[in-house]
Parts: sequence; C-alpha cells; structure tokens
Amino acid sequence: MTSTTAEPRRRQAPAPGVVLVLAIVALAFLGLPLIGLLLAAPWGQMTELLTTPAALEALRLSLVTSILAAALAVVLGLPLAWLIARREFPGRNIVRGLVLIPLVLPPVVGGVTLLTAFGRRGLVGQYLFDWFGIQLPFSTAGVVLAEAFVAMPFLVITVEGALRSIDPRFEEAARTLGAKPSRVLLRVTAPLIAPSLVAGALLAWARALGEFGATITFAGNFPGVTQTLPLAVYSALEVSREEAIALSVVLLGISFAVLVSLRGRFLGGRG
Amino acid sequence: MRVRADLALLAAALASGLTASCSSTEAPDDTTTVLTVSAAASLTDAFTEIGDAYTSEHPDTRVRFNFAGSSTLAEQISAGAPVDVFAAASPAAMQTAVGAGTVRDPMLFTANSLAIAVPAGNPADVATLADLTRDDVTVIVCATTVPCGAATEDLFRANGLDVAPASLEPDVRAVLTKVVADEADAGVVYRTDVIAAGQDVEGISIPDDANVVNDYPIAVTVDAPAEAQAFVDFVLGDKGQEILGAWGFASP
Repeated sequence: MTSTTAEPRRRQAPAPGVVLVLAIVALAFLGLPLIGLLLAAPWGQMTELLTTPAALEALRLSLVTSILAAALAVVLGLPLAWLIARREFPGRNIVRGLVLIPLVLPPVVGGVTLLTAFGRRGLVGQYLFDWFGIQLPFSTAGVVLAEAFVAMPFLVITVEGALRSIDPRFEEAARTLGAKPSRVLLRVTAPLIAPSLVAGALLAWARALGEFGATITFAGNFPGVTQTLPLAVYSALEVSREEAIALSVVLLGISFAVLVSLRGRFLGGRG
Repeated sequence: MRVRADLALLAAALASGLTASCSSTEAPDDTTTVLTVSAAASLTDAFTEIGDAYTSEHPDTRVRFNFAGSSTLAEQISAGAPVDVFAAASPAAMQTAVGAGTVRDPMLFTANSLAIAVPAGNPADVATLADLTRDDVTVIVCATTVPCGAATEDLFRANGLDVAPASLEPDVRAVLTKVVADEADAGVVYRTDVIAAGQDVEGISIPDDANVVNDYPIAVTVDAPAEAQAFVDFVLGDKGQEILGAWGFASP
C-alpha cells in the first residue's frame, strides 16, 4: 500500500477496452443520480432554503453527531481491529462476522436491535434508565450511538486489513531491540497503519453523516435534538421537494469536499 | 487473503438476500393482472385483509401493497411511481396527487379518529388527554407533515393543550412501534392502531366531542387498468366496509 510511493513514475500502458467501458458505465451509474440532483436543485432559492433555522440546526447536529460517532468508532474500533488481526482466540471468526453484521442489516432493523439493547427496557438500557435516569432514545447521544453502530464496521474492516498487510518483521525487530509492546504499538504499528486508519475513520464518518434508518428508529426525529440532515431531508420531502433537494445538495457537498480533500492529503491520492 | 474471503461471504449473503426477495414476488403469468395499491400506513392490517378477500373473489388478479405515510406515497405517485390505486389517510395528501394530475375522482371510503396508545401496564399513568402535557410523560406524535400528525396538531389546538413531544415520527406505525417497545409513555395514534396492536399497548380513548376525525379518500391513477376500479368498488362495497369496520374504522 505504501511501498510503491518511492517508485519512479513509468509510462502507463493504455487500459484494456473492456475495463474502460465497464469503468465508464460504473461512473455513469454512480454519477447520473448526482447530476440529476444538481439539475433539479433550486439554485436561485438555495440561500433562503438553507439558512432557515431548521436547516441550520440539522446541519449543526449532523456535523456534531457524525464527528462524535466517527471518534467513537476509532476509539472502540481500533482496539477491536487490532485484536482480530493480531491475536488468536476461540471464536475469532465469529467475532469477525459480528463486526460485519451492521453492514448487511437494514439500518431500520439496526435501530430496532439498538432499542432491544439500549432502549429504556433494553438489556443494558433498563439499568441506565432505572439507575441513572438515562434514556438514550430521543436524545442526541442516541443519535451518536445509532451512527456509530452502522459506521464502526467500516473502520474495523479497513484497519484490520491494514494490520494484516504490514510486514510483522518491523514489529519483531522493534521487539528484539527491546521496545515494550506498548511502545511497539505506538511507534511502529501505528505509523504503518496511519493511512488506513484515516481512510477507515473517513469512511465511518461519511457513513455516519448519511445515516438515516437506525437513527430515526432508535433516536426518533425532533428538530435540534435528533433530527439530523438526512432526517430533515426526509421530513422536508413530505412538504417541499425544493427544500429536500437543497438539503441533499448540502449533504453531498460536505461529504464530497471532505472525502476528496482528506483522501488526497493523507493517502497521497493525486486528485 | 482473509479479508477477501469475508467480503466474498458478505457478497454471497447479499446475493442470497436478493434472490430471496425476487422469488417471493414471483413473476405472474400472462393472464394475471397485478394491481399496485399504495395505502396509508394506518391501513396496513385492514387493506392486507381486503387484498386477500379481493383476490379470493378475483383469482386472476394479484394485489401488491405499498404501505407508507400518505404524503410519502403522494410524493411517489406524483413523481410517476407505477401505482394503480391510492388510498390516503387525509384529503390533503390525496390533493397532492390530484394536483399533479396523476389520480382522478377521489372518493371518501372510511374515517378514523385519534386515540392515545400507552405501553402495556401504562407506566406513566396516563388517563386523559391533559396528562400528555405532564413533564414526566414522554409523548411521541406523528410529524405534522403526515395526516396523523396534522390531526394530532388539530387535536391539541382544539383542546388548548401545550404538548412537548419527544419525537415527530414519520408515520403512525413508527409511533406505535416505539410505544410497543415502551420507549415512549404515550403516543397519539389512530383508534385503529390501538386495535391492531392488540395486547402490546393499551388504548385510552378520547371523547368524541374532543376528538378529531380523519376522512380517507381513495382513487385510481389515470394510467390504471380497469381492474383498479374494481378493487376500489370492492373497498367501497359491503365486504370492504365490513373488514374496515372490524379493524375499527368508521363509515365516511
């Protein structure tokens, strides 16, 4: 992944025709809906549609919750990825499968499963509620939880893959030179997987930003508390198509800008 | 590489999910007409039963339902979704589709009123409408953009209540789901939803003079086949009205 950066650029052979055609079809498939959205956008009224208190509130809430969810995914997902990649333990394959579950689960079902675990009658949630009076549904914390649930697999998969692909001899060398395990982790392993960690965190963040189903099912929908941008888009769709499209354009714009700029910067992408 | 094996597994799981959903909607043969009916979420149980009754009388027709919030359905139909019959939970939602020129001649076919649903055991001791204003009661309602939410807003306004809901749910079934899960102490839903939920919730009825009545219009779309009108007639007829009545709906 990182070993090719020092290689001098060579003249590229042209792409095979079939590859080129299929790639263009793929690009059109992904790009056409976006172009449709941009063409449908009410550019003239954009400013007034997006500066309504409701829109600004949703935007703020989305940014705050998605960043917190990505942070949660990193703090909890990184150790999990390390454990799966680096330690043999019984049931490791089952754990790896469990990590993938939020990816295949319809997000609304994800929201229901979250209710059964963290709702105020849920497995854990009942104690939170009875002992501390904490009710996660209908709270901003609940939004972060729902977003982290669907986003964390992206981080774990990305980082686990990176951990497996780095040459273990680097770490062994550090160990034989007398470095303590924590120091090896911090000074050798971490820098080696840094690009993947950033990529995984970005993917997790982007997934969290677009999260809808688990959020509305687990956390509900109230402006300023749990109504993130995707929920605001959905609510607006029922009244004003223009407003919904305007909000969608903002959502896309933010994600696209951040993903392009950060990927370019951290992963050495060239545009 | 291990990751690749996992991804292959994931792809296989996705693919099997796809084929499963395809086979459940098996292709009808040439003599079968498939009617697509978009109906308000509150009609889920009644219309499913009406669909079965209709198909047993008309074996050459299959009825597919698309249940969601009325305004979502109206938006889909206005955007050209291939729907034959539209049954909305409010004249306003129907008007959206009529205004877009996609349906014609709506008729009122049933009516519904509101009720308070509380989780089994009524944990917050909700007894009257006024209890919904209490600070210790977590109340959820439909978003005002869907008919049940508009009706709820009317209900609160007509009774001079200042309720602070914890969530504005996208449709009435979402309200019910959260009450059944005991996340909310009370939810304002249709009378029929309380009946549909059975043992999972308790219903607190709202006196008629304080309640709000919602009329439900039904219409065929302009491109619908002749069978669509037959389905509408069936809903308006004795059998359809009987099933609606059994699920707690009132006459229009």
